[in-house]
Amino acid sequence: MALTINTSTEQKKLTQTPLLKIWVPWMGCNLNRRRGSSVPQFCNSPTMIVMVGLPARGKTYISKKLTRYLNWIGVPTKMFNVGQYRREAVKIYKNFEFFKTDNEEAMRIRKACASAALKDVSAYFSKEQGQVAVFDATNTTRERRAVINSFAKEKGYKVFFVESICDDPEIIAENIKQVKFGSPDYVDRDIDDAMEDFVQRIECYKANYKSIDDEKDRKLSYIKIFDVGSRYLVNRVQDHIQSRIVYYLMNIHVTPRSIYLSRHGESELNLLGRIGGDSGLSPRGQKYANALATFIKGQKISDLKVWTSHMKRTIQTAEALGVPYEQWKALNEIDAGVCEELTYEEIQENLPEEFALRDQDKYRYRYPKGESYEDLVHRLEPVIMELERQENVLVVCHQAVMRCLLAYFLDKPADELPYLRCPLHTVLKLTPIAYGCKVEPFFLNIEAVNTHRERPGNVDVNRNPDEALQTVPDHI
Amino acid sequence: MEDKTPSIPRELTQNPLKKIWMPCKNGLPEKHISQRKVCMTNCPTLIVTVGLPARGKTYISKKLTRYLNWIGVPTREFNVGQYRRECMKIYKSFEFFRPDNEEGLKIRRQCASAALNDVRQYLTEQGGQVAVFDATNTTRERRETIIQFAEQNGFKVFFVESVCEDPDVIQENIVQVKLGSPDYTNCNTEEAVEDFMKRIKCYENSYETLDEVLDRDLSYIKIMDVGQRYLVNRVLDHIQSRIVYYLMNIHITPRSIYLCRHGESELNVKGRIGGDSGLTPRGKEFGKKLSQFIKSQGISDLKVWTSQMKRTIQTAEALSVPYEQWKVLNEIDAGVCEEMMYEEIQDNYPLEFALRDQDKYRYRYPKGESYEDLVQRLEPVIMELERQENVLVICHQAVMRCLLAYFLDKTAEELPYLKCPLHTVLKLTPVAYGCKVESICLNVDAVNTHRERPEVVSRSPKIPD
Repeated sequence: MALTINTSTEQKKLTQTPLLKIWVPWMGCNLNRRRGSSVPQFCNSPTMIVMVGLPARGKTYISKKLTRYLNWIGVPTKMFNVGQYRREAVKIYKNFEFFKTDNEEAMRIRKACASAALKDVSAYFSKEQGQVAVFDATNTTRERRAVINSFAKEKGYKVFFVESICDDPEIIAENIKQVKFGSPDYVDRDIDDAMEDFVQRIECYKANYKSIDDEKDRKLSYIKIFDVGSRYLVNRVQDHIQSRIVYYLMNIHVTPRSIYLSRHGESELNLLGRIGGDSGLSPRGQKYANALATFIKGQKISDLKVWTSHMKRTIQTAEALGVPYEQWKALNEIDAGVCEELTYEEIQENLPEEFALRDQDKYRYRYPKGESYEDLVHRLEPVIMELERQENVLVVCHQAVMRCLLAYFLDKPADELPYLRCPLHTVLKLTPIAYGCKVEPFFLNIEAVNTHRERPGNVDVNRNPDEALQTVPDHI
Repeated sequence: MEDKTPSIPRELTQNPLKKIWMPCKNGLPEKHISQRKVCMTNCPTLIVTVGLPARGKTYISKKLTRYLNWIGVPTREFNVGQYRRECMKIYKSFEFFRPDNEEGLKIRRQCASAALNDVRQYLTEQGGQVAVFDATNTTRERRETIIQFAEQNGFKVFFVESVCEDPDVIQENIVQVKLGSPDYTNCNTEEAVEDFMKRIKCYENSYETLDEVLDRDLSYIKIMDVGQRYLVNRVLDHIQSRIVYYLMNIHITPRSIYLCRHGESELNVKGRIGGDSGLTPRGKEFGKKLSQFIKSQGISDLKVWTSQMKRTIQTAEALSVPYEQWKVLNEIDAGVCEEMMYEEIQDNYPLEFALRDQDKYRYRYPKGESYEDLVQRLEPVIMELERQENVLVICHQAVMRCLLAYFLDKTAEELPYLKCPLHTVLKLTPVAYGCKVESICLNVDAVNTHRERPEVVSRSPKIPD
């Protein structure tokens, strides 16, 4: 172990960073050189996730989903789709002939596109502090994979292959319908033409397709996904992030379903403009609970799971549904620490600096003796994992919690997350389609206070109270 | 979905022990609302090991059982070898296991049946949720019997097969756990190894590994070469998914885990719980001694973890090595009782104080946490500890109790009373099927913060959970 010998025998004083509330040794102004990291280190060297598989095997679906998940849990990740590079290089896609292995011109272009993508991967890691790059292409030949492996080795990147293998014609056909027909490649085509062409395209790859070889490639790190998750082969998981990726990939599915997100009904503290606490529903909140029950019945959902937090207001809301529900402590509202049950006006009055810091970086800001949105995401990760495993679920939760969950499903970055609109008495129905998520808001027509506070213009610690309170919503 | 339209919303009451809101009638809780239990299996699960002798089946069984119990899933292992030892009293030699030994086969089949019977009792009558059936189960025929048994009883089945051909690994396995087995108490090492190798041979000819095609409808994980490679087939539910994740994170590389608390803090000295105070001079002294101790251990590549509370970080700072701060290692949140002395809690919240003594594991402080909550939040720490090698965790009393309970397989009842004094390092080294603990007191005085379970628990009637 490389021991850094501390020449000074006196232990450094600790100071708590104002935003994150992390204790660090006081080193004058040079707070960047602190030793402790506040976020568990997922990976030391950058990691390349390399997709492998014939067209229409879900590689891009997996790539996008994985990228979304890793970014949400705080691992800077970016996807590099070689098909995109090809579309930019070749402007117009004529037909499958482009992909024939004897089409030398095309092969040159395709190789160049892969190289360009790899170059961008490198730039992402070295200049943009990326930690994971998802290299989305067919990578169906050993030769191509060897090129990528050498590239990574030379640069000091770890490589993890994700191969999707599927021979079920129905799944492939469904895949083509869902995502290929909408592709820029087929935008002006008639559906049957497009299908025919795509099938030929797949054939072009099949002849030279060499799956990852369990013998020859036994030194590589990879996961092979068979038949959309019915079976997996996992080889040589190297580190924490790869282990998390494997766990995630093994929990996602493609069965159609919907996730309903809603806040509790309006609470007594909501009416008073006070944050946090554990109050019960107001009369209007109770009305909402009943309206929610009616709405849910109207949706005619088979086998709906209902989840709430441990807080009275979500449970009261779920009670109105008349069905079993599960309480998750992890779904509790963000802990506002010393600011619990205060109004924004009171926070401004008593802790103006805290109030300003929060506006400066609402995602990372941690309430004194409380939590930050960043902490919330960390605590909600098992909820997301279980949501991935489940099918139809209604989650009755809270404003900050709902913003975090929504950000995951809609791929919203950390700076937008704390400002996502999650009004009371509105159900958001999320349905996965194609590569993303369809959102349908249902306002159930019961009036409620507005609890959404926009970021004010002036976030400086020295601003005057009016500027700070400019965006506070009305309350009693 | 039931079509029950409640006209009047049910009143909610907060259970005094766990602080869980539940519907009530006339002030009494109505029915148990399902709590977020990690295992959301509706039916019990039977985990069945598969593999030749000395492939780590019992190691995996015991470890998995320990993990599942710790996270709150009632689990028990059933080792058929144990049943055989109870039946046969004396083990003579490998000849017992010869495939042509009719008498031996009969006894072995009886033992398997007896074990399955106990499994059934455990899962249907004794509140068990998972049973780990630890035996070789190397033939398809035997596995088919088990599958039918499970089907009849409404249990889900999940196979865990361990496949390994590395002679070094097998040899090490035999040395670690077989030589000490009751079967070989009166043999010298060479005799034992020779006999055991012949024992393995008895199984080899009839061994039918789980087959990708023939067994494609079964749910299983095949672990190859001690975790180099895994084949996972048809994971059915949450608990199976968690089991797979766990099995894929454990390893057998020798290493040690060091657990200790922060040095004595200002609030410790005042007899106050919680808070975020700094170290006393004695606490700082502990930091220095800890640094010396760690250096003297000569550990390669040690990871150091702390919580995000000042006192653990100050302690780590004394080591002059990089460390990682984990928020989930923070001390139990005592809610409204934060920074109070026990006397003050007794004065201001006598009911709470009594409830805590009634069930210290499940008791949740008002606006705070319980040990049960702590375990749930520490699960990612345990998972990462399993992945890692040499680690020093500088944490807090309640947190350390939870981690220790995991490694030493302590029950929920014992957990909150485990002794974790200040200024003492516990060195945990996995050995055979368990964990060796060495307690190293670094000889710096500190207050005692351990509160035993009181004799007289409460004067008020016991409140139902």
